[in-house]
Amino acid sequence: MTQVPIFNPIASQDKATLEKIALISGQDIYQCMQCGTCSSVCPMVETMGMTTRQGIHLLQFGKTAAVMDARIGELCASCHSCMVRCPRGIDVAKVYDAVRQLTLRENINLIDLNEIPKETLTDAPQIAFVSSFRKLTS
Amino acid sequence: MKLAYYPGCTLKTKARNLEDSALAALKALSIEVKELDRWNCCGAVFSLADDDLIHHIAPVRNLIRAQEEGCEGILTLCSQCYNTLARAHNLMIDDEEKRDTINRFMDEEPDYKGEVQVIHYLTYLRDHVGWDALREKVKTPLRDLRVAPFYGCSLLRPDDVAIEKDPTILEEFLSALGAQTVSLTEARECCGSYQSLANPDAEQQRLGKIFGAVNRSGANAIALSCPMCEYNLGRQQHQLLEQNANLTATPTYYFTQLLAVALGIEAGVCHFDLNGKPAFELLKEKSYIVSAAS
Repeated sequence: MTQVPIFNPIASQDKATLEKIALISGQDIYQCMQCGTCSSVCPMVETMGMTTRQGIHLLQFGKTAAVMDARIGELCASCHSCMVRCPRGIDVAKVYDAVRQLTLRENINLIDLNEIPKETLTDAPQIAFVSSFRKLTS
Repeated sequence: MKLAYYPGCTLKTKARNLEDSALAALKALSIEVKELDRWNCCGAVFSLADDDLIHHIAPVRNLIRAQEEGCEGILTLCSQCYNTLARAHNLMIDDEEKRDTINRFMDEEPDYKGEVQVIHYLTYLRDHVGWDALREKVKTPLRDLRVAPFYGCSLLRPDDVAIEKDPTILEEFLSALGAQTVSLTEARECCGSYQSLANPDAEQQRLGKIFGAVNRSGANAIALSCPMCEYNLGRQQHQLLEQNANLTATPTYYFTQLLAVALGIEAGVCHFDLNGKPAFELLKEKSYIVSAAS
């Protein structure tokens, strides 16, 4: 019998990455209906390479590299504005935290202590360092 | 209710103005609190990764310390400490599997029973002192101060740890001190938090929006409760103003500093030097300041 090829838009490698994101975040990104509420309330969205809504849309199609390039996970401040307003109950901050974890778990740091100005090192409060290193170092 | 006071890492150094003013105000209100023995840093941010339990150890250990001391509540001042401890407490109640793993991992510690309530100073004031009683204790009403209350994110989100669902607590508190409050569109939004270290340009963009709103509101002061917000809105403000000539400087205060001033506590306790010169000068200009010599 001739096997009918099934069209699978997500490459197996991307599928594995999506599974990791689902495992780390505990969220189902396919619940997203693309309403854009998360983007409209995100305080950091203007500095990201794409909106949080676009990021979820690309993730739904397995385009994880593009989302990482857009630095959404890196720039998210985990303020949970999106999470409390998502009509589909997705904790968007957890999704992007998982995206960030993928980078960190490759032993890549997203903050370099040597690049922080001396004035900031003396002036910034302890929680700024603890939070930054917790969120942005591997 | 027996309470343990949890200061957290920043309050002993960079945010002494928050701790000392808060403790002096409690004393003036005849409330005694004892600092938690052997407390450790809470980790500042709650771990969001489902498979990462190790970062819940720090906040849970603090809850265990309070439990050991027979406390029913743990009192916090820093918004991020409040958020991290309250969420860790909720996790230990809601997720049986994670609770068991965490308790087993800390086998040298007694199990956390989930009975220590995490309370923020503001809610404690509201529930155990009350706004009317506080109003009566005010010696120097802050009448000419138009204050923008800035909640930030950690006191309000997620919903299960929100100090109030649709918050008016800071407004009510400031009204009790005799201050005027202004409506601030950015009051419940994030200040950019830890991004100020890794991504200062993104942070400055965020601050530009907040200060635009502050200036439009007509406020001449900002009240907040988080050392991260204070650093971004207060100590980083000069950088923003250097780049944006259309924005006006607005001093930031921890809400407890305004409380201490209104209660007539000597200004030295408030360490206004940590807020920057304009913060002290504004209060002095309004004749609110009581100095040790007077």
